[in-house]
Amino acid sequence: MATSSSAIAIEDVKTGEVTETVYEHPFLVRLCHWVNAVSLFVMVGSGLQIFRAFPSFGAKIPQEDLVNWPKALALGGWLGGALQWHLTFMWIYVATGLLYVVYQIFSGNYKQVLFVRRDLPGVWPMVRHYFFFGPKPLTKEVYNPLQKHAYTSAIGLGVLSVLTGLAIWKPVQFSWLAWLMGGFHLARLWHFLIMWALLAFVFGHLVMVILHGWNNFVSMLTGWKKDPEYDSE
Amino acid sequence: MKPRTDSRKFKTISRRELLKLAPAVVLGAFALPQLQKPLLRGGLRFSDWASAALFRSGHLAPTFAESDLTPFEKFPINGYDVDDPGVDFEKWTLTVSGSVQRPGDYTLAQVQALPKVRQNTRHVCVEGWDVIGNFGGVRLSDFLKTIGADPNARFVSVECADDYYESLDMATAMHPQSLLCYEMYGQPLTRKHGAPLRLSIPTKIGYKQAKYVMGLKVSHVLEKAGYWEDQGYSEFYGL
Repeated sequence: MATSSSAIAIEDVKTGEVTETVYEHPFLVRLCHWVNAVSLFVMVGSGLQIFRAFPSFGAKIPQEDLVNWPKALALGGWLGGALQWHLTFMWIYVATGLLYVVYQIFSGNYKQVLFVRRDLPGVWPMVRHYFFFGPKPLTKEVYNPLQKHAYTSAIGLGVLSVLTGLAIWKPVQFSWLAWLMGGFHLARLWHFLIMWALLAFVFGHLVMVILHGWNNFVSMLTGWKKDPEYDSE
Repeated sequence: MKPRTDSRKFKTISRRELLKLAPAVVLGAFALPQLQKPLLRGGLRFSDWASAALFRSGHLAPTFAESDLTPFEKFPINGYDVDDPGVDFEKWTLTVSGSVQRPGDYTLAQVQALPKVRQNTRHVCVEGWDVIGNFGGVRLSDFLKTIGADPNARFVSVECADDYYESLDMATAMHPQSLLCYEMYGQPLTRKHGAPLRLSIPTKIGYKQAKYVMGLKVSHVLEKAGYWEDQGYSEFYGL
């Protein structure tokens, strides 16, 4: 079922031990994943430094700060420096995001990730397994329905982060986009909230990688996964 | 099904495999202090180039109803140095120089003789806040015609009473909403808002809206972009 999960057996030259290994992630996917992850980190850090210049979503007069965000958790040192990081890495962020989506579509690899209607019934059993100690549902695919849901949502959030950012950066040239978001002022709030939604995804993603072990992590580096848990035909 | 065996060598790294690490090298370059500054300046310049390409001369900035206006007393006063550089209104003239047919000193009355425009537009600060203000003045494009600015010139720069300085690309200067502004909210500019003359450019970020303008220069080459630009901010910053 899963498109790229053709398993091969690898024999260890010394021990003669044979492990089943599956090629899960093509090079372009891994490239985009890591470069995008780094650029997301830079975008969040510099974005928070930009936010520090006016940490509010209300009026300038009187200004009521939402939070005094610590400088140590921000990137760029000052507003101008942070804008340089933000305006440089946004291109890398967008480029890797676009390359990923285009590659996924044309290679057919998107089937591995895209959450579709037939995944819907599988969501609840996975939630029950993860959060309520339910039995582990069997899956024949690389990703279970809940994973697909998370990844598809994250990609959607990525698109929204770019669109809201564009509305803030160019509220005149893309005035229709800002208008769709309720104007420049609100677009800035959406941009901020979407960042937190993305961070929530990253947090959950990292927790799952840690819980689920080393194999998953390695497969995103090398493309290959040893002893996959799913039945790889 | 039993997996087929494979003869690929997984322990050796080919040149091609090494090449795949190139992106890591590129990202790593940003961590080196010597390379970081030029790389970020390059990114900023690329963004400015894209901004200039996205700018459309005929596309108007959104305008707003009177009811959307930020009250005058809540329109922030931002100066980089002093709020009131003490301009002597009696002696004030706008000194025009550069690639123009009629350089020299222009009085406020000469500026105000041009057709008057009033518009409610959004003022966006680089810090992130925004207000909607009412601005009255003359089109910068009309004034450029009056002084006989070289149509092939590329920049319009201004010098201010508080030693602030700014610049605009010619396409933005010629935009129909770009104003030499002498009124806000129907009243003559107050000293703190840049009396007697300021820029109001709805297609640009806040720091381009220079106040207390004393000199205007038309040029083919940009000698200095602007005060904040020289600190490391975007040179074009079109909205």
